[in-house]
Amino acid sequence: MQDVRDALYIGHRSDGTLTRRPMSPHLQVYRFRLSMFLSIANRAAGVAAAAGSALAVCWLNAAAKGPDSFRKVQKVTRHPLGILALAGWALALVYHFVAGLRHLAWDAGYRFEKKDINEDGPVAVGVAVGTTVVLVATVLGLAVCRSRKKAS
Amino acid sequence: MNATLTPRIDVMRSQLSRARGLGSAKTGVNHWWMERMSAVALVPLSGWFVLQVMRLAGSNHDDVVEWGGKPANSSMLLALMVLTFYHMQLGLQVIIDDYVHGKPHLPASLLMKGVTFLIGLFAVIAVLKLALAPSRKAGA
Repeated sequence: MQDVRDALYIGHRSDGTLTRRPMSPHLQVYRFRLSMFLSIANRAAGVAAAAGSALAVCWLNAAAKGPDSFRKVQKVTRHPLGILALAGWALALVYHFVAGLRHLAWDAGYRFEKKDINEDGPVAVGVAVGTTVVLVATVLGLAVCRSRKKAS
Repeated sequence: MNATLTPRIDVMRSQLSRARGLGSAKTGVNHWWMERMSAVALVPLSGWFVLQVMRLAGSNHDDVVEWGGKPANSSMLLALMVLTFYHMQLGLQVIIDDYVHGKPHLPASLLMKGVTFLIGLFAVIAVLKLALAPSRKAGA
């Protein structure tokens, strides 16, 4: 027994020997609902946003270190794979932001009925994906325009 | 008899426990509350961050140094970094509490706290260096 909670899973058979009680049914017995995916997606997005933020600190560090380091980091941020990673970070941040706002609303007592939650789920997905696409397109467009202006 | 005088229990806690304000976690709702408060603070800071990303898109090192040298930008950046890594630490703690049981729980929590603290500290130092002592020379 590693965890003190395991004590609650120990039961007796009718002949007196000890046995582990069955655990309550878990995920696989439930019909898929969007809200169950959005809940775990918020947690996953939080972890992804954290990992991306750690990488963003590398960018800050390179900017503080000098032009040579900054050029190295720009090689990553201008590489297609780097842009893909940045877009993924943006999606994680935006979804975690949207889901966080929903959580704050629930904590304040709004939109917490089953009907409301089921209505808001697809809206949250749409807002998160739409905002991310607009954001990534705007930033990429601005970057391309400014680079061209500097080159000319 | 007056029905409204029937005794009722509204709160399933002792008065002493209510006065202390601490539950089974021994810290009351502090962790939960600070997670919410840092989230609320990060809402406007994230908006500022998005604007700065748009402002800096496609810029070279000189532009970034000029941007990071402005006190308003470095203040906002410091606030963003401190709150981001604080909120990150609170959130990752909940994940560890949920999925890591028994003996590994303490070392996992300590490792996570150490790593988030150090990266946050690293971010703060980088912002301060960019603001106070930026290097513009190549090869520096």
